Amino acid sequence: MLHEPAVPVEKDHAIAKKTKLGVIMFFVYTLIYAGFVVIGLTDPELMGLEVIGGQNLAIIYGFGLIILAIVMGFIYNYFCTRFEDKMNNNSTT
Amino acid sequence: MIYEVSNLAIIIFVIIVAFVLGLSFYFARKTKSSKSYYAAGGTIHWGVNGIAFAGDYLSAASFLGICGMIAFSGYDGFLYSIGFLAGWVVALFLVAEPLKRLGKYTFADALDAKFNSQSIKLAASISTLVVSIFYLIPQMVGAGDLVVPLLGLPHWMGVVIVGSIVIFIVATAGMTSTTYVQFIKGGLLVIFSTVLTIYVLQHGLTLTPENYHKFAEVEAVVTNDTIVTIPDSSYHVESTVVAGKMIFVKLNTDEYSPWFKVNTTDGHTLLEEVLSTTVTSNGEKLFNGSPQSAGKFFQVGHLSKIIVDGKEVDKTGPVGPFEFIKTLENSEVVRFTKKSFTDGEDHVTVWYQNLTSGKAVMEPGLKYKLSKASGATTWDKLNFLSLMLALFLGTSALPHILIRYYTVPNQRAARKSTIVAIAAIGFFYMLTLFMGLGAMVNGVLDVESSNMSGPLLAKAFGVSLFAIISAIAFATVLGTVSGLIIASSGAIAHDFIDNYLKVPMTDKGKVLAGKYSALAVGVFAIILGILFKGMNVSFLVGLAFAVAASANLPAILFLLFWRKTTAKGIAWSVIVGIVSSIGIILFSPSMWDRYGLIASDAPIPLDNPGIISIPLSVITLVVISLLTQKDNATKDFDR
Repeated sequence: MLHEPAVPVEKDHAIAKKTKLGVIMFFVYTLIYAGFVVIGLTDPELMGLEVIGGQNLAIIYGFGLIILAIVMGFIYNYFCTRFEDKMNNNSTT
Repeated sequence: MIYEVSNLAIIIFVIIVAFVLGLSFYFARKTKSSKSYYAAGGTIHWGVNGIAFAGDYLSAASFLGICGMIAFSGYDGFLYSIGFLAGWVVALFLVAEPLKRLGKYTFADALDAKFNSQSIKLAASISTLVVSIFYLIPQMVGAGDLVVPLLGLPHWMGVVIVGSIVIFIVATAGMTSTTYVQFIKGGLLVIFSTVLTIYVLQHGLTLTPENYHKFAEVEAVVTNDTIVTIPDSSYHVESTVVAGKMIFVKLNTDEYSPWFKVNTTDGHTLLEEVLSTTVTSNGEKLFNGSPQSAGKFFQVGHLSKIIVDGKEVDKTGPVGPFEFIKTLENSEVVRFTKKSFTDGEDHVTVWYQNLTSGKAVMEPGLKYKLSKASGATTWDKLNFLSLMLALFLGTSALPHILIRYYTVPNQRAARKSTIVAIAAIGFFYMLTLFMGLGAMVNGVLDVESSNMSGPLLAKAFGVSLFAIISAIAFATVLGTVSGLIIASSGAIAHDFIDNYLKVPMTDKGKVLAGKYSALAVGVFAIILGILFKGMNVSFLVGLAFAVAASANLPAILFLLFWRKTTAKGIAWSVIVGIVSSIGIILFSPSMWDRYGLIASDAPIPLDNPGIISIPLSVITLVVISLLTQKDNATKDFDR
């Protein structure tokens, strides 16, 4: 094959589980992101509604989307690492 | 605007540039192979790569563009921060690890990994070049904007300086030096943006920013709707212009000839001074009726009312981040709105005061019309949807970002470096709201260049901070342009010359081809940066995202997740994505305006093409793949 990776890639037995988890988490985040866009399109006045601590929905939702991406990233990494440690170590022993 | 050049700013700028060049010299000695040139040998630590991702991604659009857009349009600018960051979710959950498994040096390698198809190689190399060049233009324009206040040089010199330094960085040591330049710049940008935000919060909110120009108000009488007379004999009306529903008058004073806006309330008329530029029939440009050197063109943006706990106050003192937002939302901001008209043979542009409630600033709507009350049409809503779609799907389709996955040793490192990037970039994007709003109310805005809002905010807190922030902003451009030129040189030398044309080359020859390609793209970028002076940085980057999301993302995702995808399906979807997205952009209202035509006459009333071009690319891929299934029957894929 002409396009082999720049460095050799080890055999990974956790690909299927990681892919499934990634797709699920992608859809969860996409749904929440879509909610933000839909509110903007259908009921933009709702964005000015005070939600918590004097902050409106636009601020809470906007900051929430950023923080959620970071938190979901850490969760995804935690589970992927566990899958890799478990499945790749099992296969070599 | 006239900027005073700071010696400290020049010294810090020179130190950063010297450091970057030294780094390139150091790594140049180690760059002997194409693996080292294009992928830094695949040996970069995931932590370094993660911050380098941030350095690569947080371009002029993020620091200069978003801060400027928030400073001028409030929350609507922050939509870019949200969309730009959300795009990384697609990269992490769907693209990072598979791409690392599939690719070698470039995006085209990954796309072509299963097919070894000539049409994919050609389509992907064209796509990489087109997207990278779309992205390069605003970076170079931003570099030119920065050197004006930083070094006191003309715009074109800034473009030439950035282009020359970047060609040197890339052509000497390729991806290794690019990685460390991006790492250092990414780290510095996040740290000093935090410092600037702390300054904003410590300073709090005030009705009277330091050294702020007090805009004059003059009593007047209006008769027959448009005849303006002034009781005060020290003013003389030179000219009266009706522009839409507004009336502007040019007054003559002893010192200069500013324009005023006529405000009539309950039969009482007050003239309110505006900012103006006038291009006279002989080509001379006047600022508030005076030559630029007279210094009559002021920095603006202030609060007209501050409400804390239901009471009006003059200033707040230091505030916390949420208190800052809450107080601003309850207060009243003076923004400056642009209006152009002709006065005889003179072309006049004015920026008049526009009282805006803090509530309107802190929710979507000032830039993107969404509510019925603001007169939003279906096309306005589609524009918003299209932008949010392009930002979400564009990140993981940017070739200069994707190639960074090949610089780390394995898939786990690719994933971890993406998470470091999301954390650093997400934190930075949260800061953009405070920096942008800080610029909006602290009397620092240059109405002619929203891009300078962040650095000018820093200047309000001291020349040292301005010098450091500006030098980092300049390094920001260096880091991103380096990544773009590496991606472009890979598309030309590796994808097109080596893989598509199959020109026989030794490994040393491949490195040389990459360096010559970098030189050619660099020179081309310099020319574009000079030609496109004055274009909005964030707007152009938004378009680059739309082109990337249309041309590349359907191909990547279907390759990974749909077994029936064929080589022809991928190649055609890439081409349809490029042609449809660029076609829509060329016939959009913004481009019509740029051609000097009436924006509302544009054949396609969409500014961002994603809502049409992304589905079109997907449909093309599916239909062509289904029609060419027999191609896959002859191949044995390991899926």
